[in-house]
Amino acid sequence: MLRLLERTGRGAVQGLDEAGYAGSLLGECVFWTFFGRRWRQPVRLASVLEQMKLGGIDALPITTMLAAAIGIMLAVQSLYTLKIFGAESFVHVGITLAITREFSPLIIGILMAGRSGSALAAKISTMTINQEIDALRAIGINPVRYLVAPSLIAMLVMLPALTMWCNIVAMTAAGLYVSADTGISLAAYAINSIDVLTPTDLLHGLGKSALFSILIVIIGAVNGSRVRGGSEGVGLVTTRAVVHASSAIIITDMFFGFIMAQ
Amino acid sequence: MSATELQDRLAENVGSIVGKPVIEVRNLDAHYGETQILHGIDLAVPAGEIMVIMGGSGSGKTTLLRHLIGIERPTAGTLELLGQELERLGAIETLKLRRQIGVAFQGGAMFSSLTVMENIKLPLREHTRLDETTMDIMARMKLEVVNLSGFGELMPAELSGGMLKRAAVARAIIMDPKLLFFDEPSAGLDPVVSAALDELILRLRDAMQMTIVVVTHEVESALAIADRITILDSGRVIEIDTPEAIRNSRNPRVHNLLNRKSQKEELDPDEYLRRLTGTRTG
Repeated sequence: MLRLLERTGRGAVQGLDEAGYAGSLLGECVFWTFFGRRWRQPVRLASVLEQMKLGGIDALPITTMLAAAIGIMLAVQSLYTLKIFGAESFVHVGITLAITREFSPLIIGILMAGRSGSALAAKISTMTINQEIDALRAIGINPVRYLVAPSLIAMLVMLPALTMWCNIVAMTAAGLYVSADTGISLAAYAINSIDVLTPTDLLHGLGKSALFSILIVIIGAVNGSRVRGGSEGVGLVTTRAVVHASSAIIITDMFFGFIMAQ
Repeated sequence: MSATELQDRLAENVGSIVGKPVIEVRNLDAHYGETQILHGIDLAVPAGEIMVIMGGSGSGKTTLLRHLIGIERPTAGTLELLGQELERLGAIETLKLRRQIGVAFQGGAMFSSLTVMENIKLPLREHTRLDETTMDIMARMKLEVVNLSGFGELMPAELSGGMLKRAAVARAIIMDPKLLFFDEPSAGLDPVVSAALDELILRLRDAMQMTIVVVTHEVESALAIADRITILDSGRVIEIDTPEAIRNSRNPRVHNLLNRKSQKEELDPDEYLRRLTGTRTG
């Protein structure tokens, strides 16, 4: 019992410590992004573009494939449910709103947590073990400005962009399936879907994806910098970064949805 | 030698430096968690000197180096580099100061995603507004200095241990620093490569008038390159003197270190019991 209490206490302290570090890391990223140039420590555009390519452009094929699968899956399930009530003609409403408000940001967020969040954690932890972070400091380069801020800016641009791309692909795939299944023309389906969609729905999804970007990068960086030991430590923090980021995304998504629905 | 005599001799050695030292450490304490690693370190290094910090494993020499380069903050005491007290510097001033120092880490610490050339150019790219051609020329010059010309386009993983260390030196000197630090330059190298690195360190001091601090446990290398040697033992400075004086030291712990003899740890029985039971010391 005492051990359980001690373990819980230690976990809580560690959690608070990490949350505090995450906050300071985010603050530092904002500082270097806006004031770095003044101190001749700018966040390099080349680094941001490189991260945008690695985290965004290179993720396009897998994003497209997943988006199409989500669209078709939603169409299948929605048609199955609505057929019970004979309401297939309203299938576009559920699919469009579910994709833009929920599925695109959530699935792309989790995908990016597994792809970019883990890559960042692995990179920072490997660099820590190899003393490359110490070397950066010794050279007079702030590691947060050099490594984390470019990833954060890139993710803040690319995650909403990929979410938007996911919206388009998923709705098209869903439209193709619905069209094939019910005989509604793709053009009619598209017009109906666009009629249903409001800017608020799109902003709801894009706002969430911006929030997820911050979670993915900061959680990846916090875990990466907390590495202990050798290659085993890198594996551990990488896994931890993915689990923490995915959990944070799902929980934030729930709260975001709840608050916006009020 | 009594503790007072030792203190007097150390003070004499620190005080014998003419002019303002470029490194001045006063009564520095360092802790990792609750464990004290460094105890009241006093050290002064004048311009143009090669100071070697020696000690066995766990003596605190790497911790001292990390404090000297400003990566760790001391728990007590002061540390001045190039006339600036590190504790009083803000983050930006610290970054500026670091541009005037170079560090060659034990494993090289080359950025694995960049070529050797890109590694060497990184400080220039970040801190200067030089054009690409000038940076290339400067990087090639430094590669020549460390006898690595022609290896610039390789990735760090493609270099041998000795080459990696030399590449790290090239990166450390690209900004022509006033102060250069080496962490275990000879560790893991064969005697021939190790001797070549020693020669390189001497050449850097003579050609570029750098002040150099080398942390090592390699006795031969230390005696070959040092102007003065600081001996650390259990986080305390026990000797600071010329290689000749160190070689003739009557201090048994220095003698043991130089002659590679194992040292018996004097352990308080109560402390031993506390260690075994994992209880904290009062």
